Amino acid sequence: MQRFSALRLLGHGLTGHKHWRQSWRHPEPKREYDVVIVGGGGHGLATAYYLAREHGMTNIAVVEKGWIGGGNTGRNTTIVRSNYLWDEAAHLYEKSLKLWEGLSHELNFNVMFSQRGVMNLAHSLQDVRDAERRANANVLNGIDSEILTPEQIRQKVPLISISPTARYPVLGATFQPRGGVARHDAITWGYARAADALGVDIIQNCEVTGVLKESGHVVGVETTRGVIRARKVGVVAAGHSSVIAQMAGLRLPIESHPLQAFVSEPCKPALDTVVMSNAVHAYISQSDKGEFVVGAGIDGYNGYSQSGGYNVIEGAVAAIVELFPTLSRIRLMRQWGGIVDVAPDACPIIGLTPLKGLYINCGWGTGGFKSTPGSGWVLAHTIAHNRPHELNLPFTLERFSSGALIDEHGAAGVAH
Amino acid sequence: MFLIECPWCGRRDQGEFSCGGEAHIVRPASPDDLDDESWADYLFNRKNPKGVHLEQWVHIQGCGRWFNAARNTVSNKIVSVYKVGEEPPHPEKRKPVPESGQ
Repeated sequence: MQRFSALRLLGHGLTGHKHWRQSWRHPEPKREYDVVIVGGGGHGLATAYYLAREHGMTNIAVVEKGWIGGGNTGRNTTIVRSNYLWDEAAHLYEKSLKLWEGLSHELNFNVMFSQRGVMNLAHSLQDVRDAERRANANVLNGIDSEILTPEQIRQKVPLISISPTARYPVLGATFQPRGGVARHDAITWGYARAADALGVDIIQNCEVTGVLKESGHVVGVETTRGVIRARKVGVVAAGHSSVIAQMAGLRLPIESHPLQAFVSEPCKPALDTVVMSNAVHAYISQSDKGEFVVGAGIDGYNGYSQSGGYNVIEGAVAAIVELFPTLSRIRLMRQWGGIVDVAPDACPIIGLTPLKGLYINCGWGTGGFKSTPGSGWVLAHTIAHNRPHELNLPFTLERFSSGALIDEHGAAGVAH
Repeated sequence: MFLIECPWCGRRDQGEFSCGGEAHIVRPASPDDLDDESWADYLFNRKNPKGVHLEQWVHIQGCGRWFNAARNTVSNKIVSVYKVGEEPPHPEKRKPVPESGQ
């Protein structure tokens, strides 16, 4: 890998930037690998990277049906935080946040992680009680979390209306200073480049069409570019997890839904933190380009269409305009939808499956982006050791039959 | 964004409806006899197909009545609408329509 540095940038600048090497190869798939990862989004690439980096397994392929980062990794609102209520979730997301904090340095790629803080608003007395409970739980878990009064909120975010007569009065908020946003493309490219440098084959335009089984063991995948055999297969296919699982003859507690987001025209800097509200199903931040990035809640029906209903956009926009009256005349510029894999308890499923050789990482629902590094890290450990890491042990498929669900709807049901 | 034909009110915008998820899930006759895996399968596991899905809808902002629909989850094309208790459309009539939006 050609490392990036100020000196190298200067050198390439003097030669007209004509001699940069490609960041990753485009290899033909080999006949057999130790591990095949299905899905070349951030989570899949991170899994491959940590398998190579932490566990010394380098005979790995990541197969992606489109182009890397073209799925949900490029279809989110890039928010990163770890202020989850329950211990299990808090530990998992905090691991991810800690990895984010060192990621640009580790990958030698600027992932533009900007710890500008994340604010979760409370609009009713019960919201305030829930917020206080969550902030206290976070502090007990060593996660930075504060409670803000309406006046403190207004000082941090002058644009917000804290009028007591508002339709959604702002009565308080939790604030996680270490939360923030990152660059969605950069995390994909950073992991791809670093994984490739460790010998991982990234195979794009390669859709999995079947799962190969021999006497109950998964031994590879059929793809549009031929059969690829593998000792272990990790499925990291987000909204298409059920589709791959069906090929393997496995049923999952997952339903896929469209999730929409949109950006405004670029404006001067006016919002230097992330503001989210579970109660009104909307969240907003301002990108480095000046666009307001707004996310909505999921559309209420199963869907694989990467688009959703206007009524959902309208609901999110109405809530944002109510909270930020000055934004009412800003025009929206782009809109998109992703397909999110929602689990019954709004928590991910990471672990082994009843099929030997098949590992699954899905159910991140509306909150996958923030967990990209941690998700890859724990799945890599699970695949390498053939057992879950302590961090993802509570998140295996078995929790649905044992009944040990982790209800994070309060922290994850809407907000990313 | 798509339209749904309510069996009672006719064709209306999808935003007037609320989806109740997969249809034809039958509660096991004697839950006490099931092992945990089978009970979990009934409670949580879903078909979630990429293609035609048999699902329950309620016209929440209209007549408030429930019905079933066969809808393609990729194109959002409604293959057929039928009342609760009626047989779902024959599988031959649920042939996948060409995918779009992918």
